[in-house]
Amino acid sequence: MTRNWKHKDLCALADHTASELMTVLDTATAFKGVGERNLKKVPALRGKTLVNFFIEPSTRTRVSFELAAMRLSADVVNISASASSLEKGETLLDTARNLEALRADLIVIRHKSAGSARFLADRLNASVINAGDGAHEHPTQGLLDAFTIREKLGRIEGVRVAIVGDILFSRVARSNIQLLTKLGAKVTLVGPPTLVPATFGCLGVEIANSIDEILEQSDVINLLRIQHERQKREYFPGVGEYTSRFGLTKKRASQLKEGCLIMHPGPMNRGVEIDSSVADGSGSVILDQVTNGLAVRMAVLYLCSGGAPMASSATDQ
Amino acid sequence: MSHSLHITGGRVIDPANGIDEIRDIHVRDGILVNEKPSRAEVIDASGKVVTPGLIDIHVHFREPGQSHKETIATGARCAAFGGFTTVVCMPNTSPVADSPSTVAWIQERAASTACVNVYCTGAITRGLAGEEMSPIGALAQAGVVALTDDGRCIQNHGVMKRAVEYARQFGLPVMDHCQEATLSADGVMNEGEWSTRLGLPGWPSLAEDLIVARNILLAEETGHPIHCQHISSARSVRLLREARLRGVPITAEACPHHISLTDERLKTFDTTFKVNPPLRTAADIDEIIAGIADGTITILASDHAPHAPYEKEVEFDQAPFGMLGLETELAVFLEILLHQRKVLTLPQIITLLTVNPAKLLRLDRGTLSCGSPADITILDPDHSWTHDRNHSPSLSKNTPFHEFPLRGRALTTIVGGKVVWDLENGFRN
Repeated sequence: MTRNWKHKDLCALADHTASELMTVLDTATAFKGVGERNLKKVPALRGKTLVNFFIEPSTRTRVSFELAAMRLSADVVNISASASSLEKGETLLDTARNLEALRADLIVIRHKSAGSARFLADRLNASVINAGDGAHEHPTQGLLDAFTIREKLGRIEGVRVAIVGDILFSRVARSNIQLLTKLGAKVTLVGPPTLVPATFGCLGVEIANSIDEILEQSDVINLLRIQHERQKREYFPGVGEYTSRFGLTKKRASQLKEGCLIMHPGPMNRGVEIDSSVADGSGSVILDQVTNGLAVRMAVLYLCSGGAPMASSATDQ
Repeated sequence: MSHSLHITGGRVIDPANGIDEIRDIHVRDGILVNEKPSRAEVIDASGKVVTPGLIDIHVHFREPGQSHKETIATGARCAAFGGFTTVVCMPNTSPVADSPSTVAWIQERAASTACVNVYCTGAITRGLAGEEMSPIGALAQAGVVALTDDGRCIQNHGVMKRAVEYARQFGLPVMDHCQEATLSADGVMNEGEWSTRLGLPGWPSLAEDLIVARNILLAEETGHPIHCQHISSARSVRLLREARLRGVPITAEACPHHISLTDERLKTFDTTFKVNPPLRTAADIDEIIAGIADGTITILASDHAPHAPYEKEVEFDQAPFGMLGLETELAVFLEILLHQRKVLTLPQIITLLTVNPAKLLRLDRGTLSCGSPADITILDPDHSWTHDRNHSPSLSKNTPFHEFPLRGRALTTIVGGKVVWDLENGFRN
């Protein structure tokens, strides 16, 4: 597969080809080596300025982008919603244009509105990286999940991935679906019909309304948090019923296939979608995902700044 | 000026009188007459089609209150540019047209600034709040031609039923924007494949279907006409078809965008395509077109809804609903219904743009009968052109048909015997 990436922005994995997405994963593999070294910094983005423009709360993703930029030697500024002019009635576009006027080279945006990253990317010369736009996409999360699967299982094609929970409101699910189906994985969405509507079938995935159906067949089980903040209405009768029908309990975890990866994009609600001991157990790769996120984000920032795609030793053998 | 005209050699299509033939049209002092008046301006219409002035019963001209989007004057120019001589304004202005004084203000403004005929609707409920009835009797006396809470939909069935019953004594049709609010909720686009892909909240067809069904039952129960505005859903068309076969006094309209554009247009999050009710699927388009072809939908309208560029240039879910329509309306209807789908003849399309809307709202227009006001549109159904939003008379730019190749266009628009616009010379004042 030829490596290529000719985009200034990363707004949605739906916009990119399988070969572009593999390019990001391969470049991330090369950058992961940097994180394992004593001296964790490379000069790839020296002199560039990155603005972390987070208009929704985030810890993991924001810190991950910040560290990724620092490891590439970029200068980083963080803005949060309460500190921004949006509070004073300025439009998103005007705020972003001001950041660009301050010569930001990269803008990493998290925003509650689907399409907001694309909206800015189409109007700015700066690179725009989507760190989560409403229920639309969270591309770097999708990439780091695929990276982790490839790292642990050695492949993505043919891997059976179950994504369990609040699919309707999940940008993580949408990015995972886009990437995994393009790279040949078999994806099953699991949850109550109110949170996994039949329309998801058009994305080339299977739908299951019982977690018990998928335990024995899955190579990867990815558990999502119930996003109460996005659900303005009732989608299921209560957390207790949700856990009893869809939670990965100890008993259910024991039915998983040997070597099945247990993933979670965080933040995790222990005892709701995942049993606490299962989250910390041997199949869990939840913290590996976080570590890999750093390498993936370094690759994304590097490629969107015009860096040449890199080979990873793993895939060139 | 006397407003006397002699329009020669055109194919005259006058559905109200069953006429489709080459003949001359005469106008004296703004009124259609049989004999050629002396000292008339001659317009050669040979090779062209002459029809009654087109009527659009669903426009938003934004005055009073939002004149940065459109004024009655600029909206009227959009109408004339598109071949429309008569429009009916929706009441969701600021203040809402729920009182005789606001209606009178709009009428006076129209009389002094508009180049086409402008009629008013009145709000069914005060402030479009869906709770207390507007002073419907006073609105009728002020000259509104229909009642509607357009932009909103009365959710309380008791309120709606009593309003329809009350409106009956004045003979005022009730027009409804069909949208069940607990289902449409915070939806910003059609609920389906594309809302799933884009992660945008869905506004399901079901929310329209439920209110269409409600209105069918209310029209049947009260015996008073209810008109369903801008139908977007296939199932709504089927409900209406069945009801009309039973003789229920229910009518419906279709808009250009709902027969030409699908929800896939939203894939780049372009807010130009954000409209209420939303663009739906190819299957919905097919059923709406079938409904137009078989007489289920009897009126064509634009839902001309201007919004300023800065209002539309925001995050998708924050942007207002609505798109321009008057300038391209005739062309899109001709392109789709006459040229592409071939489901209606030109006289049939003209019927849906003249006599049918006039009949619903009891306007003395939409006909070339002697003694009627000389509102006339001269058009070429085959004229190929490409719309450019920068050449629109609107104050806004939110047309979904920018750079669309279209066939069919108005060439001359005549209101009360006076040429207000023609393609060659533009506006006459």
